[in-house]
Amino acid sequence: MSQPASPDSAAAIYQTNPQRELPTRRGTELAMLGFAALIVTCAFVLVQANQEQELSFSIIWYGLAYLALFGVAHLAVRRWAPYADPLILPSVALLNGIGLVMIYRIDLAMTERATQSGNDYTSAAPKQVLFTALALALFLAVLILVKDHRTLTRYGYTCGLIGLVALALPAILPGSLSEVNGAKVWIKLPFFSIQPGEFAKILLTIFFATFLVAKRDLFMIAGKKVFGVELPRARDLGPLLIAAAVCLLVLVFEKDLGTSLLFFAIVLVLIYIATERAIWVVTGLAFFVVGSVIAYKLFTHVQQRVANWIDPLATYYDAGGGYQIAQGLFGLGTGGVGGTGLGAGRPDIVPEANTDFITAGLGEELGFVGLAAILMVYLILATRGMRSALAVRDTFGKLLGCGLSFSIVMQVFVIVGGVTKLIPMTGITTPFLSYGGSSLLANYILVALLLRISDAARRPTAKPRPKAPQQQAPLAEAHTVLVRPPSAEQGGAE
Amino acid sequence: MNKPMRRVGIAMLVMVVLLLANVTYIQVVKADSYRTDSRNQRVLLDEYARQRGSLVSQFNGQVLADVVPTDDKLKFQRRYLNGPMYAPVTGYYSSRYGSAGLERSEDDILTGSDPRLFVRRLSDMVTGRDPRGGNVQLTINPAVQQAAYNAMMAKGYTGAVVAMNPKTGEILAMVSTPSYDPNALASHDGTAQGDAWKTFTNDPKNPMLNRAISETYPPGSTFKLVVAAAELESGAAPSTPVSNAPNVLLPGTNTTLENYGGEVCPGNTFADALAHSCNVPFATFAGQLGADKLRETAANFGIGQTDLVIPTKVVPSSLGALDSTAALYQSGIGQRDVRLTPLQDCLLSATVANGGMAMRPQLVKKLLAPDLSDLEGFTPEKLTGTPALSSSNAQILKQMMEASEDNTKGGGKKANIKIASKTGTAEHGSDPKNTPPHAWYTGFAPADDPQIAVAVIVESGGNRGLEATGGTVAAEIGRAAINAQLGGG
Repeated sequence: MSQPASPDSAAAIYQTNPQRELPTRRGTELAMLGFAALIVTCAFVLVQANQEQELSFSIIWYGLAYLALFGVAHLAVRRWAPYADPLILPSVALLNGIGLVMIYRIDLAMTERATQSGNDYTSAAPKQVLFTALALALFLAVLILVKDHRTLTRYGYTCGLIGLVALALPAILPGSLSEVNGAKVWIKLPFFSIQPGEFAKILLTIFFATFLVAKRDLFMIAGKKVFGVELPRARDLGPLLIAAAVCLLVLVFEKDLGTSLLFFAIVLVLIYIATERAIWVVTGLAFFVVGSVIAYKLFTHVQQRVANWIDPLATYYDAGGGYQIAQGLFGLGTGGVGGTGLGAGRPDIVPEANTDFITAGLGEELGFVGLAAILMVYLILATRGMRSALAVRDTFGKLLGCGLSFSIVMQVFVIVGGVTKLIPMTGITTPFLSYGGSSLLANYILVALLLRISDAARRPTAKPRPKAPQQQAPLAEAHTVLVRPPSAEQGGAE
Repeated sequence: MNKPMRRVGIAMLVMVVLLLANVTYIQVVKADSYRTDSRNQRVLLDEYARQRGSLVSQFNGQVLADVVPTDDKLKFQRRYLNGPMYAPVTGYYSSRYGSAGLERSEDDILTGSDPRLFVRRLSDMVTGRDPRGGNVQLTINPAVQQAAYNAMMAKGYTGAVVAMNPKTGEILAMVSTPSYDPNALASHDGTAQGDAWKTFTNDPKNPMLNRAISETYPPGSTFKLVVAAAELESGAAPSTPVSNAPNVLLPGTNTTLENYGGEVCPGNTFADALAHSCNVPFATFAGQLGADKLRETAANFGIGQTDLVIPTKVVPSSLGALDSTAALYQSGIGQRDVRLTPLQDCLLSATVANGGMAMRPQLVKKLLAPDLSDLEGFTPEKLTGTPALSSSNAQILKQMMEASEDNTKGGGKKANIKIASKTGTAEHGSDPKNTPPHAWYTGFAPADDPQIAVAVIVESGGNRGLEATGGTVAAEIGRAAINAQLGGG
């Protein structure tokens, strides 16, 4: 870990003279963004070439849109989060760009199919570009408005309430206003629809983090001791249990297993980090197993999912059977190690090719190599977030950063694991890749928060002065720091 | 609190590693079984974009089907030259409706996925050339096909013509009318394909039915060749006396079986009976021969074979139950439940022409690699291996058929071409006496050195209605095909 843990950096202020000037690494970010843009443009040209489209103006249009969007994002980071981690934004840009290319590529295939059968098909890529623009606007807004992530703790319970309502709303609304393809997770508005669950994911993570920061001492010491483990008092645990139970109930009611799994995992991880007690993980997993068995006994759609998971080829012809997963596997198998080449495969055969099954399409056309690379980009994104969480000084920041980073990997695990038959398939979006406005908007908010946390982690304790007089002894500032209670908030760390 | 965070970090790492391991399993270990799963359309769709091989005739290398490059995604469009004429042979190849005919049965060669093309595929891959399909050389003689098709179409007949080389079994012509244009189904415009498909399938005349091999008809008097063969094998001679009565009572019933038109047979020998196609003697013969003997002879003509492919599948011909003497009587003149494909009817003549030995009918002469080098040639093969009748009896039957040809009306006779033939006029339908009969003609020529055997069926009397007979309607079509092969114009 090149980044010193917080006690060291605190100590550094006392001893270094002249003060350590941390590089902002904005240059690295710009270079990596350029690299991402290069990869995405190449991918785009490949699609065009393989689809035997003329290299048309659309390349320029999409390319410029991409560059403009991320150029603005980069400038915003320079201005409002100059010390932010330099790899987070490029990773996101790369994933988002590859997603756009794939969505465009599937558009081409679907348009051709539609012309063959005389139907109409509305292209998804232009909408996704628009969503990306909106998402980046939101990203900017979060960076500007949330100057310090710790201010979010003030709105912790508000976030929790809004999150729960957002989560519950589709379940309460009539199906005509909330159901798309059997999943009751939407709010349909006249001109657009949103999946409130995507936003609830962030809101509730903020709530849980706030809550745990406030109660973590009570969790550890105020309860009874059972089997050598401190159990928290029920009244301390109450809000948490209620929130978790409501989450799970609502989501089972909405038949959205993927999201409930995601929430459950995030809550578990946050509690574990806050309490440092592995017993919580064990208890949580036990609950999970019991819950899974009950859900399996109770719901036929769960049984169907499990049957499709065990052998999608056996349930291939059943209604709601393994057709989709099997087609995804056929695509992955056809792609093999090297893939068919972007634009040269047939990812459009798989239903939901540009949403749930976009990774199957990527695996088909980019092969194992490409899919592995994409997974690695996710891992880079999440570990950079995790590193920022480790380095940040406040407990809330640690919990929030850790929860958000973990949620990315968890989400990828649930959806890619479902597509590749590692775990039963549960409909959930692939962050940044799959088509869909809500997911993109929410995930850009998530990234803005991660950048904010990483900025806080790497920012020198004192604000960098406009003109840093190098040789001046920073006596005054040293005193400023001294005034603060030096290790109150580091009590639990290490 | 950094320690649990690091552990969560490790958990994230483990999750991604699990995904990677699983993706490795799917895309590396299991890749082949997923790729080759029959439900995986990807491989099939790739083949559509490959340059499909051509169908060519063994005569002058005339092309029946090839491809033209297109600028859309499928790259090549199938083109049928003279589509409707050859449709029963070629079948169709459609991106929406699959394929039929040779397009279907020789698909592996045409797409290039046949194992025999593997080495070439590999070298194509290495040299970076787009893989191409192999070609199929057909036994079809375009001159015969054209003569038969034009003759049928000129009269607006519904029916089929099959011509083959009796010595080798090579099919020289296979016509079914009315026909359809497979080009319409090969269109890359999905709507055009759909419209054509609807037009063809909704047409009451069913143009997409290959009447030559996919439909069976009562053979009528042409079936007398089988009965005559069995009778000769049982020791009868052309001079064997027969009854010339105009009708005979079906044993065990009150129904009589009549000669055509209820007339007295002009002669009273076996030879006369075949020459004038008298029903009563043949009905009686069949009754005397019995079901087993009749079935045995018929089987050696090929009737009853259920797995015949040319390599397009041929529906089986059959004699029916033959469960009573009355049934035998009626079957003896090719009625009751006897049903033959026109191809099988052609085999009756061809077998006689080839000295009693039926040859396996075959449409494919050779399989060619994309560079036109030979992959596999077709060698003549016996159909059952057992002759339907001895060669001396075949010689006798041939002479009896020559006499029959002499008594047969209809145009197209050439003084220099000696034909041996048999006509048939088959009743069918629920009210046979008032339904125009199917008109049959089967024969071969030249009688002394047979080069071509034909069978013609014109459904429901052609243009002559109830008055139609095999001689007046079908004979001239058969002769047109024979003349085309033998160069008599």
